[in-house]
Amino acid sequence: MNKVLMSGNHIIGEAAIRAGCRFYAGYPITPQNELTEYMAENMRNVTGGIFIQSESEIAAINMIAGSSAAGLRVMTSSSSPGISLKQEGISSMAACELPGVIVNIMRGGPGLGNIRPSQGDYFQATRGGGHGDYRTIVLAPASCQELADLTMEGFDLADKYRNPVMILADGMMGQMMEPVIFKKPKPRVYNEKFMLRGAGSGKSKFIHGLILDPIDMEEHNWKLARKYAVISKNETHYEEYKIDDAQMVLVAYGTAARIAKGAIKRLRSHGMQVGLFRPITLWPFPELQLRDLSSKIKQFLVFEMSTGQMLDDVRLALQGYADIQFHGRPGGAVPTPSELANVIAKHYKKND
Amino acid sequence: MLVKTIFSGFGGQGVLMMGISFAHSGMSKGYHVTFLPAYGAEMRGGTANCTVAIADEEIASPVASEPNNLVVMNAPSLFTFQNKITTGGSIFLNSSIVNEEPHRHDVKVFRVPCSDLAQNLGNIRVANTIMMGAFIRVSAVVTPEIYLKSLETIMGSRKKALAELNRKAFMAGFECVNET
Amino acid sequence: MAKTVFKRPKSLKENVFHYCPGCGHSIVHRVIAEIIDELDIRGITIGVPPAGCAVLAYNYFDFDMIEAPHGRGPAMASAIKRSLPDRVVFSYQGDGDLAAIGIAESFHAANRGENITIIFINNAVYGMTGGQMAPTTMLEQKTTTSPAGRNKTLDGYPVKVSEIFSQLRGVTYLERCMVNSPANVNKTKKAIKKAFQCQIDGLGFSLIEILSPCPTNWKMNSVNSCKWIDEVMTKEFPPGVFKDNIAEAKKASEAE
Repeated sequence: MNKVLMSGNHIIGEAAIRAGCRFYAGYPITPQNELTEYMAENMRNVTGGIFIQSESEIAAINMIAGSSAAGLRVMTSSSSPGISLKQEGISSMAACELPGVIVNIMRGGPGLGNIRPSQGDYFQATRGGGHGDYRTIVLAPASCQELADLTMEGFDLADKYRNPVMILADGMMGQMMEPVIFKKPKPRVYNEKFMLRGAGSGKSKFIHGLILDPIDMEEHNWKLARKYAVISKNETHYEEYKIDDAQMVLVAYGTAARIAKGAIKRLRSHGMQVGLFRPITLWPFPELQLRDLSSKIKQFLVFEMSTGQMLDDVRLALQGYADIQFHGRPGGAVPTPSELANVIAKHYKKND
Repeated sequence: MLVKTIFSGFGGQGVLMMGISFAHSGMSKGYHVTFLPAYGAEMRGGTANCTVAIADEEIASPVASEPNNLVVMNAPSLFTFQNKITTGGSIFLNSSIVNEEPHRHDVKVFRVPCSDLAQNLGNIRVANTIMMGAFIRVSAVVTPEIYLKSLETIMGSRKKALAELNRKAFMAGFECVNET
Repeated sequence: MAKTVFKRPKSLKENVFHYCPGCGHSIVHRVIAEIIDELDIRGITIGVPPAGCAVLAYNYFDFDMIEAPHGRGPAMASAIKRSLPDRVVFSYQGDGDLAAIGIAESFHAANRGENITIIFINNAVYGMTGGQMAPTTMLEQKTTTSPAGRNKTLDGYPVKVSEIFSQLRGVTYLERCMVNSPANVNKTKKAIKKAFQCQIDGLGFSLIEILSPCPTNWKMNSVNSCKWIDEVMTKEFPPGVFKDNIAEAKKASEAE
């Protein structure tokens, strides 16, 4: 298969179309405009492909909800402030069990913030984001190849669990170019009984999240909770990098994990045995796998392009079994590997 | 092997194209590559820059702590980036425009009058390709043939005349520096 | 044997409406169900009910329905129609849903000329939440959030949806009707049927605004509510056809 050099935003679009996405709605916002533009240029050339530049992010998320109900594979994308607007619809899709892929190319926040790469939306992405008792599956690619692979997988997971899936990347991932190979997508598995396409001569259906009876509502919530438990059990993904002899482990995801790998190479050339634990799914968070590491490794350092959000999940996972340090660069300043290496070196203690 | 290069200049000087074509040629040679542009408001009317990493193993960080090479198409970029270059690295100056001298003495400096040479060729827009001729020769990461093929792939096959002009421009740059 | 002159339309379920006595929703529901039976489109119709009193419309309508978050019906309906172009898709919206929180979605669906139908219930008040001011509340009208009457300086003016939307080039058919008398109900039925036919023929966006009584929140009896529509509401919201491009649209589609 051919390697092609493409930017992250374009890769997501291409992977989505190859995965069978046939409905995209979006509203321009930097730094993800190239994705919306890619869909505008390519979606309408695919048989059955629909592209709508919506009047708002709110409209876009509700459009994909409608098309998802109609049975299409659907996607929308935005960046942080726009994702805040989409939360109403994401909550609604989770309630109605509608599959769909939502891409967040994160930028600096809070508020309008800036357009530089950031990881400040971790809480929003992994805690549901909108109102109510629900979860979205959150995938955090760290390379252009993973952008392609996880976008495709995102559609499969969304269908499998009838749940919104978020691709959580940042401005740097969106703009960066790396060679990529588009793998063959798996054939779609999605039962027609979940689609709303007119009753025909049969019984009519309705898709709704409004459940006024409290006992029915409770049962619906527990049903969703059982589904989330299955997802947590089956769909946790992570990468371990130079862990075997590590005396200290960094925990980082996405762009921050790339910087961390660069820092680790530098530190190892100076004899410091540092490794990386990189969650690929942020929800479900690979907490058991991380906790296992604490049986032999006692120094952890969490590095995020935020003031410390995944840090909470690391604390929950390690449950006090190991020492946890934190380094954060919120607001869009991407540190260099050498800056990070200096920070790590200060915390690193060699065990005898 | 890991080579990190910053390409920098004014928006409109084709700085991103230099980076993309170089990254593409690295990929064609079978290397791992990353291309990281500066983007957004800072591009508009201001300076443009991008970082290209090429390596024979997986590239950890696309962000460069201490790049090996700096290609400078305008004076502001020289002041922005010269302190980042690693000792023993190289700076490539568009000497038609950049009159200032780098203050670093632990790096090699290559002066390429690429804007003047471009004007001699009748098209100021090929200044970047001229610079690439010099850069490809000195950096020796990929061969001229591979680079020119990548450039043509990216520019599209429709523009045959442009391909010919780029080839000429590339050779003009290639011939105005000595290999080290 | 006696001849049956009145029966439940097939497109209505065997449930008793929960709506208040004298409310216009049940009338409009029945009218829509009759039209869907008459056009024989029950099997291909998809409805999008609003947040508001009619949020439970799917308890009554016996065809496929999907709930939209408050105001987002037209965005959802647009997408469903684009995804399934041969289905009949309509959103059913109240005045808050259409003219306040969902004005952007409604306006832009109309402006894109989506081949859908919007049924817009204008009762000048927020019914489900208990009688607050709506964008279509009349000047001086008392509601729980305009207790001294709607004040034009502080609360702004009633939004004239039909007048505004009829300016959009994407709109093919737009009419304002009432359901406060048998004759007006018949007119409403004709209008909705025309709108659905417009969609079936692929001629573009249609919107039917319906002035509808809300005796509970207007604090009137049913008869006075119907009178109030005639005597007060129609002064601000005159009924009539605001746009009819059906003939033109037909010509254009035949030329293609």
